[in-house]
Amino acid sequence: MSEIINVQNLVKKYDNNFTAVKNLNLKIRQGEIIALLGPNGAGKTTLISTICGLSSITSGLIKVKGLDVIKDYRKTRELIGLVPQELALEPFEKVINSVKFSRRLFGKKDDNEYIEKLLTKLQLYDKKNNIIKSLSGGMKRRVMIAKALSHNPQILFLDEPTAGVDVELRKDMWSIIKELKNEGVTIILTTHYIEEAEMIADRIGIINHGELLLIEEKKELIKRMSVKTLKVKLKKTLNIIPIKLKKYNLKLIDEGKSFLYYYNTGKERTGITSLLSDMNKIGINLFDIQTEETSLEEIFVKIIKE
Amino acid sequence: MNIRGIHAIYRYEMNRSFRTLIQSLVSPVLSTILYFIVFGAAIGSRMDNISNVSYGAFIVPGLIMLTVQMQSVNNASFGIYFPKFIGTTYELLSAPLSFVEIVIGYVGAATTKAFSIGLIILCTSYLFVDLDIKYPFFMLCFLLITCMTFSLLGFIIGIVSDNFEQLNIVPMLIITPLVFLGGSFYTIDMLPQFWQNFALLNPIVYLISGFRWSFFGVGDVPIFTSIIFMLIFTSICISIIWYIFKTGYKIKN
Repeated sequence: MSEIINVQNLVKKYDNNFTAVKNLNLKIRQGEIIALLGPNGAGKTTLISTICGLSSITSGLIKVKGLDVIKDYRKTRELIGLVPQELALEPFEKVINSVKFSRRLFGKKDDNEYIEKLLTKLQLYDKKNNIIKSLSGGMKRRVMIAKALSHNPQILFLDEPTAGVDVELRKDMWSIIKELKNEGVTIILTTHYIEEAEMIADRIGIINHGELLLIEEKKELIKRMSVKTLKVKLKKTLNIIPIKLKKYNLKLIDEGKSFLYYYNTGKERTGITSLLSDMNKIGINLFDIQTEETSLEEIFVKIIKE
Repeated sequence: MNIRGIHAIYRYEMNRSFRTLIQSLVSPVLSTILYFIVFGAAIGSRMDNISNVSYGAFIVPGLIMLTVQMQSVNNASFGIYFPKFIGTTYELLSAPLSFVEIVIGYVGAATTKAFSIGLIILCTSYLFVDLDIKYPFFMLCFLLITCMTFSLLGFIIGIVSDNFEQLNIVPMLIITPLVFLGGSFYTIDMLPQFWQNFALLNPIVYLISGFRWSFFGVGDVPIFTSIIFMLIFTSICISIIWYIFKTGYKIKN
């Protein structure tokens, strides 16, 4: 996949001297879904704002399809659609007029067929003549997406797209995002919901204190960082861990009826076979075994803490 | 140039006025009619002619100026402040629009609205007084430039304001008194000498005088002084807007 956005040494300092983004480098590939995770105030929204033109850049360079976002702002902005975090809509305007207005701002000719198709895809067609004020929060969120897609952008920024929406709508949003990806749109989303990133992202970036701590393929990240837990239930209760098993750092639980063994799936050897073999050698019989996997949420918390 | 983008803003703003037609159009026209009745018919019938012009006709340019200046400022300031208030400026800033194009869209719409209201008031005044405009083309140009300049001022107020109170402070506490004291209903030489000198510090005097000159060929100050003052005022407004967009003051983070 070719590169569509290239952020080089980006620094964003506000007037009050607070540095929201510190020397950040990021490359985004065409057609991927990238999820930017980070706690509140980490710099995710500032990063998006600088790429989209809402915030000025203190230093550094941002290129979209090889074009500078400052010098070639007209061309780069035509490629980008933005759905901000807040529900910001003209309350007294009709849905269709609001979407058409967004398209016209981008210098595009009216295209009723495209707009109607877009509204249908976002399940807004029936509401097209409704006043925005009368819509539910979820519907307003869809209108925001329709506005961002009205000029047929190649890149879509979604800043906390499912914040404050119910579970059903969140799943609808995910399917819309996946559909857009299938149509070739590059999607960059920020989110607090780790589950969201886990469900839809191809790559995951973690931002904290204005720095990009890591960016990696989701599957690789989970594999690399994942620590699995093996729970071994014993036939006979143990008072202490036998000396021959000390090297495995086992943790006795359930009053000696079970123990836990932690292992990394990213490593070549997990140590499970030798553990079971050593147990057999000293006559400890197992009753049952269970495994638990580390979630992305646990990985995220671990990285942020580090 | 993003002509479609400019047109989109212009059209959007004009549609907003049509949605609130009573507030946008009927209200200023009704207020002006009331001025004509009170000052033109009731009080004006007992007043002497001023520079060979009946008092009713004399106040027409002042009334038009009074209304268009207030309308220009209010329309332009609200036009840009409302998107700021509801958070939709992100759309303007992320669109392929230059700052000049954004200003043309908003100021153009506010100018059109105020200019139209000015013309409607002029037409309405023919119902109440006999009016003969000496320099009609100059009058239209002067009216248009006044609408544009005060729309630029309104745009600045809208950008700088952080809340609705601030949005109303400049029009209510500065522009309204200056317009009323700027010779809308009288000539400066009707004032005592001290207040005549004091009135010349009021920038609105020069605008009303220039506009009245286009109607009757007479004004409080020479017409060239009015024109030069108008150009200076317009240049100051354009310079402030240029600075705002150059620095992103109260627009960009």
